[in-house]
Amino acid sequence: MNSLGDAPAAVRVEDVWYVVDSRRVLQGVSLEVFPGEVFAIMGPSGCGKTTLLKLIGGLLQPLRGHIWIGPTEISRLSEAELAPIRKQVGLVFQYAALFDSLTVYENVAFGVRRHITRRGREVDHIVREKLEMVGMAGTEHLYPAQLSGGMQKRVGLARALAMNPRIVLYDEPTAGLDPIMAEAIDQLIVDTTRRLRVTSLVVSHDLTSVFHIADRVAMLHEGRIVACGTPDQLRTHTDPVVRRFLRAGGIVVDEEEPQR
Amino acid sequence: MQVPYRIRSLAEQLAQLVLFVGDIGILFAQAIGYLLRWRWEARETLLQMALIGAQAVPMVVITSGFTGAVLALYSAKLMLQFGVGSLAGGAVALAMARELGPVVTGVVVAARSASAIAAEIGSMKVTEQIDALRALAVPPVQYLVVPRLVACVTMLPVLGVLAFVTGVLGGYLVAVPMGISPTSYLLGIRELVDTYDVFAGLLKTVVFGAIIALVGSRAGLRTEGGAAGVGRATTGGVVVAVLLIYVANFFLAYLLFGGR
Repeated sequence: MNSLGDAPAAVRVEDVWYVVDSRRVLQGVSLEVFPGEVFAIMGPSGCGKTTLLKLIGGLLQPLRGHIWIGPTEISRLSEAELAPIRKQVGLVFQYAALFDSLTVYENVAFGVRRHITRRGREVDHIVREKLEMVGMAGTEHLYPAQLSGGMQKRVGLARALAMNPRIVLYDEPTAGLDPIMAEAIDQLIVDTTRRLRVTSLVVSHDLTSVFHIADRVAMLHEGRIVACGTPDQLRTHTDPVVRRFLRAGGIVVDEEEPQR
Repeated sequence: MQVPYRIRSLAEQLAQLVLFVGDIGILFAQAIGYLLRWRWEARETLLQMALIGAQAVPMVVITSGFTGAVLALYSAKLMLQFGVGSLAGGAVALAMARELGPVVTGVVVAARSASAIAAEIGSMKVTEQIDALRALAVPPVQYLVVPRLVACVTMLPVLGVLAFVTGVLGGYLVAVPMGISPTSYLLGIRELVDTYDVFAGLLKTVVFGAIIALVGSRAGLRTEGGAAGVGRATTGGVVVAVLLIYVANFFLAYLLFGGR
């Protein structure tokens, strides 16, 4: 169900399969993410969340199935053909993946200089604006090694936002952070989604975070989507796997687990 | 039917060799493609030229200087015994120009830089920085391999000249105290060495430079498995680069000097 109207999907995944060393990581995954929503994919470790995110980001190619970013089918595109798509899709990595030989400023300016403008003043403006947006103004001269994990994630988000993407993909944005920093990152995701009118796709096993920020949530289990809906719909879901996972993650489910 | 272990192992090694040759060929073709389209990173290239070239100067000077000195130690005494002491300078210079200068330079730079290239790119791979480059629509080959390839193929000939000069000088410092006059040492060089020897030797260093950059980059880009994987890539990069330098040296010597 599209809770945000009948707009065409920003991301559409159709019957995607992915195999690593004969292990089926994804088995026929299908989902749609609509423009402007925060869509979360949750699931236990090793269920294929990050793989799915990398497939959507064009960093991996599926064995079978199709992935659309807006109207473009990307699953069989070459690296060169993917370049214009990648400029529309920002990716925030689990451990930020900042270039450790570059300063915070250079990290954020990296994509800008190559794809938006080379003019020093414009680059400067974009970098400072994005760093301010994520609360990292004043850290331009620091190197990634001088930042905490939470700060690195903020800079990673600034780097992704600097390219003016239409879609932002977050890989475990709150993993390894203390509750206060995790909440700050959650708020940042919601704020940037609303302010910049981007579509956010968050992959996480932090259920508190997922249920706090997501408009819709899908649960991935053993490479398959076993549930998809609003947080409220998931709370009343009847699938025992979903209910057990939610309970384990500290989410209050509405009814007792139905008898099988 | 069970395939015997030895045949399976041989087939796997053969497959690895084919994969290696294919990888190197593809990397080289891609790098040349970016160079021809003038898509390379000037700043990163200059940085690599400093790291690979300038910082290798002390090691090249010391190793080639002592190589020339040892060569003079053996040859000067023998040549004086046979009454051809005037050829000692020529013998040292010829060996340094054709063989020892290029090989010593290649091995020294391989030890320093193939490992550094593999380690740097390898750690970028395991910390998802390579994926971050791709996500920012910057091809890793363009940003990482091309600057290292350009730096290696331009700086190795410069280091090769340095190796030749310091080798001849090292030989001079040993040969003269042993009874060979300075004039005859220098005249011997004029007698036995022509510009072809020097330039053909420098051509070898260009090939060695390409081997170091491509093998080191390939090892880095193929890194898997965290810190241990980076360690394996680093060791593998150096070992393979040094082996290939010796193999290539034979064929280059045959092609360039076989008929002389």
